[in-house]
Amino acid sequence: MPRGAPAATRNPLPVGLVIPAACLLALALGYPLIRQVVLSAQEFGLAQQFGQPPAWVGLQNYRDLVTDPYLWKVVARTVGFCFVNAGLTLAIGMGVAQLMTRMSPWVRMASQIGLMLAWATPVVAAMTVWQFMFDTEYGLVNWVLVQFGGDYAGHSWLIEPLSFFAVATLIVVWMSVPFVVFTLYAALTQVPEDVVEAAEIDGAGAWARFVHVVLPTIRPVLLVVLLLQIIWDLRVFTQIYSLQKAGGITRDTNLLGTYIYSLGIKGGEFGTAAAAAMFMLVLTVVLTAPYIRMMIKQEED
Amino acid sequence: MARRTPTPVRYGANLAGLLIVLVSVFPVYWMVSRSFLPRNRIRGTEQVWFPWDGTLDNYRRMLTGESFRSALTTSLAVTLLTVVIALLFAFLAAVAVSRFRFRGRRTFIMTLLLIQMIPAEGLFISQYKMLEGMQLLNSVIGLTLVYVASVLPFTVWTLRGFVDGLPRELEEAAMVDGCSRTRAFFTITLPLLAPGFVATGLFAFIQAWNEFTLALVVMTDPAKETLPVWLIGFSESRSRGVDWGAIMAASTLITIPVIIFFIIVQRRMVAGLTAGAVKG
Repeated sequence: MPRGAPAATRNPLPVGLVIPAACLLALALGYPLIRQVVLSAQEFGLAQQFGQPPAWVGLQNYRDLVTDPYLWKVVARTVGFCFVNAGLTLAIGMGVAQLMTRMSPWVRMASQIGLMLAWATPVVAAMTVWQFMFDTEYGLVNWVLVQFGGDYAGHSWLIEPLSFFAVATLIVVWMSVPFVVFTLYAALTQVPEDVVEAAEIDGAGAWARFVHVVLPTIRPVLLVVLLLQIIWDLRVFTQIYSLQKAGGITRDTNLLGTYIYSLGIKGGEFGTAAAAAMFMLVLTVVLTAPYIRMMIKQEED
Repeated sequence: MARRTPTPVRYGANLAGLLIVLVSVFPVYWMVSRSFLPRNRIRGTEQVWFPWDGTLDNYRRMLTGESFRSALTTSLAVTLLTVVIALLFAFLAAVAVSRFRFRGRRTFIMTLLLIQMIPAEGLFISQYKMLEGMQLLNSVIGLTLVYVASVLPFTVWTLRGFVDGLPRELEEAAMVDGCSRTRAFFTITLPLLAPGFVATGLFAFIQAWNEFTLALVVMTDPAKETLPVWLIGFSESRSRGVDWGAIMAASTLITIPVIIFFIIVQRRMVAGLTAGAVKG
C-alpha cells in the first residue's frame, strides 16, 4: 500500500478501472473453468459433436479415467519427468552459478551472454534446431557419433521412449538452466563475505561452508526457483508435442498435457478430456499451494 | 563475491565457463549458420562448420512462400493486439490497485496470483469449446482473447510496480499548482510511466509471439496458423525430405525480435520471475 493512500472509499472510480481486466478474465478464464466442470460431468463425444445434446453422466468420466491404468501411467510419467527435469535443472544451475562466482570477470560475462542467448531463444525455434541436430539422416549428433566409430548411421532417437525422453530432457534443461543460474548467482553474491571467511578460519572446508553457510542464506530463493521449476516442468507441452510429431510415437511418450490434447482436441472426447484437465488443475494447485501462500504473505506485509 | 579465488580454481572455473558458453550458444549458432547453407551442403556427408560461402536462398524461399507470409501476418496481428489491449486493461487495473483501497481489491490481487499458476493445458479444452460456440475458432479475435487473459496477471503486476514507484506527491503538487486531476495525470504521471509501458509491453510481446499451445488449439485451419504452429507443422510435414535450410531460416527470423526485446527487459525478467510476476 503506497503511503498516504486513502482508506477504503465508496469512490466508484477504482472499481471502474478494474472492470475491463476483471471482465476479460471472467470471460476467457472464469467461464471456461465453470464450463469445464460441467463438461467433465457430461458425455461429450462424437455424437454430441454432430448435434446430439450432451447427456449427464455425473462422475462417470472421472471414474473412467481413474480406472484406466493408462491415466496412471501418464500421471506417473508426468511427475517423473517433472522431478527429473526440475532436479537436473536446479543441480546444474547451482553448479554453474557457483562456478560463475569463481571465474575471471570476462569469462563470467561471456557465460552470462551465452546463457541469455539460450534463454531468449523461442521454444519453437529451439525445438526445430534440436530436432535437426538429432535428425536420423542429417543430424549432427549421429554424424559425430559415427566419426567416433559408433554404429549410429540412421539411428532414430525418437522411436524409443527412453531416448525420446532423454532428448526431451536435454532440450528442457538447456532452456531452463539460464533462469536458475541468473537467479542463484544473484543470490550467491548476497551471501555475506565475512561469515564465509569466519567459517573458513574456523576450519570449515569448501563443502561444509556451502552446506552450513551458503545454502541457509540462499534457501528462500532456492525454494522459489525449485517450486517454479516444478510447476513449469509439470506442464511441458510444446517440446513433447513436437518431438512426437517428429518421431511418430505418442502412446508411450504422452505426458498429461499431450494426453489431454489427444483425448479432446484430436479425439473429440471432450467430457473425458475435461475430466483429465480438472485432474491437471488440481495437481497444479496442490503443488503450487506453498508458493501461493508465500506470495499472499508477501502481499500482506 | 569479492573473495579472492585461488588461481588454479579460477583456471578451472574459466575452463568450465568456456564449456558453458559453448553448450548454450552452439544450438543457436547451428540454427543461424545452417540457415545460410544450400541444400546440398546441409545434406552432404561432411558437416560444414563455418558457412563462409553461404547463400540467402533459404531466406528468399521462405519469405516468398505464401504460408510463411500468412503465418507472419496472423502472428503480428495477434501479438500486437494482445500487447495493446493487455497494456490498456492492465494500466487501468494497476492504477486502481496501486492508488486506491477499495472493496474487492484483495480478492482481485489474489485472483491474479492464482490465475498465473493455471497451466494452459488445464483449461484449453473448455476454452476451445467456448470459442467454438462463439464462432471464434481460427480467428485473430478468439486467440487474442485467450492471450490477453493469460498475459494480464503479469502485466498488471509489473505495471503496478511502476505506478507504485511514482510518488503521488508529484500529482498532488501539480494539482496544487492549479492542474486538474486529469491534466496532472496526463502531463505528469503518464510520461513518467513510459519505461513501465515499454518493459511490460515487451514482456507481453515475447509471450504472445512465442506462444504455441493455445495457438495450436485455437488455430486449427492451416491458413490461420501463427508462426510457432506453422514452424512446428512445417518441420514435421515432410518427414522424408525435410527442408532443413528453410526451417532454420524461419527459426532464425522468429528468434531475432525476441532476442532483441529480451535483452532490453532481461534485468526485470530475472527480478520479475522470482517475484512471481511472469508465467513461464
